[in-house]
Amino acid sequence: MENAPLLQMTAIAKRFGTQRVLDNVDFDLRAGEVHVLAGENGAGKSTLIKVLGGVHRPDGGTIRIDGRPVAFRSPREAAAGGVAIIYQELSLVPSMSVADNIHLGRERSWRGWMRYRIQRREAAQALARLGLNADTRRSVGSLPISIQQMIEIAKALSFQARILVMDEPTSALNEPEVHRLFATIADLKTHGCGIIYITHKLEEVYRIADRITVLRDGRHIATAPTGEMPAPALIRHMVGRELTEHAGREDVLLANRAPVRLAVENLTVRAASRGARSLVDRVSFDVRAGEIVGLAGLQGSGNSDLLMGLFGGYGRRASGAVRIDGRPFRPASPRRAIRHGVALVTNDRQRTGLVLGMSVTANVTLGSLPRVSRGGWLLRSRERRLAVQTTAALNLRAASLRQSVATLSGGNQQKVVLAKWINTRPRVLLLDEPTRGVDVGAKQQIYQLMNEWRRAGLAIVLITSEMPELLMMSDRIVVMHRGRAVTTLCRQEATQERILHAAMGGD
Amino acid sequence: MPSASHPSNALTDLADRPSWIRSVLGHPAVTAVFALALVFTLGLLFPGNKAFYEWLNRRDMLDQAFYNWSTHRDALRLVSISGILACGMTVVIITAGIDLSVASVLALVAVSFSVFCIRWNWSAWTAIPASLLIGVACGGVSGVFTAVFRIQPFIVTLAMMVFARGLAKTVSGGMKVSTAVQQSDGTYGNVDPPGVFSAIDSQILGGNVAVVSLILLACAVVTWVALSRLRWGRYVYAIGGNEEAARLSGVPVMSMKIAAYALAGLFSAIAGLCYAAQEQQGDPEAGLGYELNAIAIVVIGGTRLMGGHGGMGLTLLGTLIFAYLDKILSINAVPEASRLMLTGAIIVVAVLVQGRRR
Repeated sequence: MENAPLLQMTAIAKRFGTQRVLDNVDFDLRAGEVHVLAGENGAGKSTLIKVLGGVHRPDGGTIRIDGRPVAFRSPREAAAGGVAIIYQELSLVPSMSVADNIHLGRERSWRGWMRYRIQRREAAQALARLGLNADTRRSVGSLPISIQQMIEIAKALSFQARILVMDEPTSALNEPEVHRLFATIADLKTHGCGIIYITHKLEEVYRIADRITVLRDGRHIATAPTGEMPAPALIRHMVGRELTEHAGREDVLLANRAPVRLAVENLTVRAASRGARSLVDRVSFDVRAGEIVGLAGLQGSGNSDLLMGLFGGYGRRASGAVRIDGRPFRPASPRRAIRHGVALVTNDRQRTGLVLGMSVTANVTLGSLPRVSRGGWLLRSRERRLAVQTTAALNLRAASLRQSVATLSGGNQQKVVLAKWINTRPRVLLLDEPTRGVDVGAKQQIYQLMNEWRRAGLAIVLITSEMPELLMMSDRIVVMHRGRAVTTLCRQEATQERILHAAMGGD
Repeated sequence: MPSASHPSNALTDLADRPSWIRSVLGHPAVTAVFALALVFTLGLLFPGNKAFYEWLNRRDMLDQAFYNWSTHRDALRLVSISGILACGMTVVIITAGIDLSVASVLALVAVSFSVFCIRWNWSAWTAIPASLLIGVACGGVSGVFTAVFRIQPFIVTLAMMVFARGLAKTVSGGMKVSTAVQQSDGTYGNVDPPGVFSAIDSQILGGNVAVVSLILLACAVVTWVALSRLRWGRYVYAIGGNEEAARLSGVPVMSMKIAAYALAGLFSAIAGLCYAAQEQQGDPEAGLGYELNAIAIVVIGGTRLMGGHGGMGLTLLGTLIFAYLDKILSINAVPEASRLMLTGAIIVVAVLVQGRRR
């Protein structure tokens, strides 16, 4: 038995509302090791990290550092306690200089006067430790992402952090940059830091990890030294999520001879910043009428971007040849896409799906107002009728169609979004997480609706992070990894293991 | 599927149902009506201090009291120009924008209209459309820069505010365009004010209602119809409420926004016509600070600056509150300095009451 580990988290529990996100999770980290935290989207990794970092207060359990119990109430306290978290979204201020960023919140000053020279010197020292030689006066935003990442690490180290958490740090890096990051990590290990590393890439796991812990559905599944958990075992631990309620996908005998509705060839979505990796890189697939094609991929795989690009949401950043019912279609704007019969249910209904301040009726008809107006005038009775019809068809429950959608439950809000898109009479339906955050009953109803729509001949593309749902609903599954479609599996050959293996970049 | 078989639905039903009492009390119109009633009550309680006027030996002021219709007529006449500007401001604010240029466009149009009518002797049928077109063009330019080039509306309309004021001074040659016109022999003589000026500045229905107040009413009706009965109005709310969701729903965000600013420009032009008519001249310094009156009226009415909420009805209530507050204070001989401070305080209170509700 060795002495107390650097970090010991015991029986951590956390719920959001009625949802149990972490269920008695144990986790420990030793000095000088890299501990990979693995799990599918929504397994609870981020929540666990946020509990450690003082963002969330745990509902139960204890955290000990060097054997002493701690309870961080804010990220600031956690930082003071030696925990540094490098989130995927960098938390630097792009307009401020490198030195100012590293000292943000604990500026070197004398009676309120900034001491810039000292700040710069210390910042340069912190960067030098990582083998980085950058002008500390430059603004952070003018530097490449990889350097920004290093600055973030330098900032963490200047806090004397001994527990370093990295959440997918390589997602924006190219290979030489990854190399440099890993060299840095190796160096940190020799200095006695413990590193918690979250990644969705198999290759990285086995390149860097000393130990691996797998979470699934908010529960601790397994912890083992890397040598004792080969890739097949790791993936077996990660999958095996049960669908809370088995649902009815009726086994429609899919007419493989049905005509191709949507044909996508070499669709590419460029990144917003120059030089960065394309979000979607030359993806091709097609969907027949009445077919549901699942688009699998972990966070950052580009599957959501693919749908957004196909819908015209990225404008001219998307390129490639798309055909709908054989006719060429250029996805230049959402308006154009809607005219061509494409509909997109986005993965964030509050931010991009609904106008929360408006009524149920106004939201349901927002995409199809020309249908209920003449010469620019709204025909209010016709609008109301359309809203009543579609909400009834979707079994939407609202006290009044005039009430604001903000007051509806998640499931009913989602139905409002679906109703809006059905009213545009689409031929191609792109669904990005259509059942996220809805209750079990509503989920069932959404599955039934999807069955109805495919019977009506719609071509459906489905993204869902719930693997059983994907397997149950899809006729075929296209798996994406780092912007590319790596494999296509038909319904019979698709298993959770195969999908996850491909999604993590395994061959 | 039969919903009764799902016990969970009963729960969601309950959660979905708004308490109607809360929704009625929470409605911004209720707050605004309440505020207006409060102001009116003040007017009834302090209808103008008789003894004070007698002491001043201003018998004429005794007629100005709150119980006299002419007081109301004047209150409504005085607020009309700010009210017309507030109509356009309402639309722009609902798109989550702002238009600081309305008063400068007012001045530009007032000057142009006077030039057309007095110097160039155009008929009203030519001068009015031409003037309105100038306003629409100014608003349209602001709209293009906001919607297409994605510059913040505050900056764009600030620039337009300065630019239009400068243009007004250029057009007028830096002085007021009045009925004192230089004759061919070099002397100045007064020409008759154009008929259209007197027509706009007159009072009808036995002198009981000012024409400008009717113009305000017409503008308000047009705005109300546009916002609540036209497809365009629905798009305006959607853009202000969630621009990204609107874009992804196929709303033509750019053209709708440009139209909103153009409409604000149109109303500024109408206000400019009224201003020129009332003053019987085109003053390039006309309406200084009126854009702030317009914003104040919209805010007092209860339309939120964040966009997506509010409406013309609220702005009309705001106009009345603004008008009567000022009138009641003035008939009670509260000095202007205190009136300004009080107006400032009331704007803050109005916003506080709104914030509390959310």
